[in-house]
Amino acid sequence: MTNKFGIESVLSILDLSVEEIDELVATAEDIIANPQKYAHRCEGKKLATLFFEPSTRTRLSFESAMYELGGNVIGFSSADSCSASKGESVADTSKVISCYADIIAMRHPKEGAPMVAALNATIPVINAGDGGHNHPTQTLADLLTIKLEKGRFDHLNIGMCGDLKFGRTVHSLIDAMSRYEGVSFTLISPEELKVPDYVRNAMIRKGIPFVETTDLESSMPTLDILYMTRVQKERFFNEEDYLRLKDSYILTAEKLDNAKQNMSVLHPLPRVNEISVAVDDDPRACYFKQVRNGKYMRMALILKLLGV
Amino acid sequence: MNIDSIQNGFVIDHITAGKGMEIYRLLELSKLNCMVALITNAHSVKMGRKDIIKIGSNIELDTDILGYVDPNITVTIIRDGKVTEKKNLALPEELEGVLRCRNPRCICSTEQELPQIFRLADRENRIYRCIYCDSTF
Repeated sequence: MTNKFGIESVLSILDLSVEEIDELVATAEDIIANPQKYAHRCEGKKLATLFFEPSTRTRLSFESAMYELGGNVIGFSSADSCSASKGESVADTSKVISCYADIIAMRHPKEGAPMVAALNATIPVINAGDGGHNHPTQTLADLLTIKLEKGRFDHLNIGMCGDLKFGRTVHSLIDAMSRYEGVSFTLISPEELKVPDYVRNAMIRKGIPFVETTDLESSMPTLDILYMTRVQKERFFNEEDYLRLKDSYILTAEKLDNAKQNMSVLHPLPRVNEISVAVDDDPRACYFKQVRNGKYMRMALILKLLGV
Repeated sequence: MNIDSIQNGFVIDHITAGKGMEIYRLLELSKLNCMVALITNAHSVKMGRKDIIKIGSNIELDTDILGYVDPNITVTIIRDGKVTEKKNLALPEELEGVLRCRNPRCICSTEQELPQIFRLADRENRIYRCIYCDSTF
């Protein structure tokens, strides 16, 4: 989205056109091939990582991305260590940070907080995850992994498994992949954690083929990609519900016997127990490559938004 | 029942019977000093029964609220005793300050001074989406 100051921000994967995603993927592939070419691109620039909610991967990924581009990083890693604890609004925080930094990466437990920041900041804002809502840079990591593993985005059957209700990465990946021809989805979840109506209705409206099932094993042979997710404790108001649902799906090496030999297993991480450690040695396991790919895509996105 | 014709103001007509009071409240017409008439259950050839509101002043009329509550409404603008414009309303593309987001995870649940803005997501089913959290109403 572009705000009243003409500043472009990325809050949802749909803020990026298919062409822009192609451009980011191409940049990321070039960064992988020629890292030295990009090592000084952001010299003199500062990234502010405003993390109102704990995160290891995403924050460190953004910080690594900026350092590898030759830039600097300022920020905080929890709401307790910033002025939000004194009652400062997101709008005011973003106006203040605009005076110090060149670009913001924001994670916030409340849905829409990065939108409020982007409406008020005079520098670009990247949504680094807002509650159960959007997480576009995780989707960029997923997309680069799909491109590198499958060589294409079209004509893929993508299995999504686990928490499809609160899993923001699931919603963003469905949004992103729905734009490619021949893509279908197999949505595997307990009844209580099915995709929200707005996600389902959007697929129906766009004519995207999908099936909803509770059965991982029977779906396995049809999948080109299996996107596993964690049942997130922090999204539940009721701990009983969490305990009842947390072990719904566990991917084991035996279950992979029925999968295609070239299927790719993705996971946004962190993993708890939904993928057994034995699966890590399977060549189809791509989730640690996904982490590295996330850094490259964040580098590409920072370059694009800073225009350097 | 006779109500004086108005020289300058608005006639909000073809309100679905029973919705007149809701519109009266949403437009905060009780705060006006001018003549305001709310007629309920008026006879209508087209609708059977309808509500009508007449406002005897050139106020800033929020047609977005009217279009949201009842898109069948017509608004007639009267200046110097003459009809100058007749508007058919539709569901507005954006609503500000009409709906409140009920999603407890939305940023507007904690930052309550934020403007409550909703965009039309599905005209046929009258569904609006919160611009912050995408929840639909």
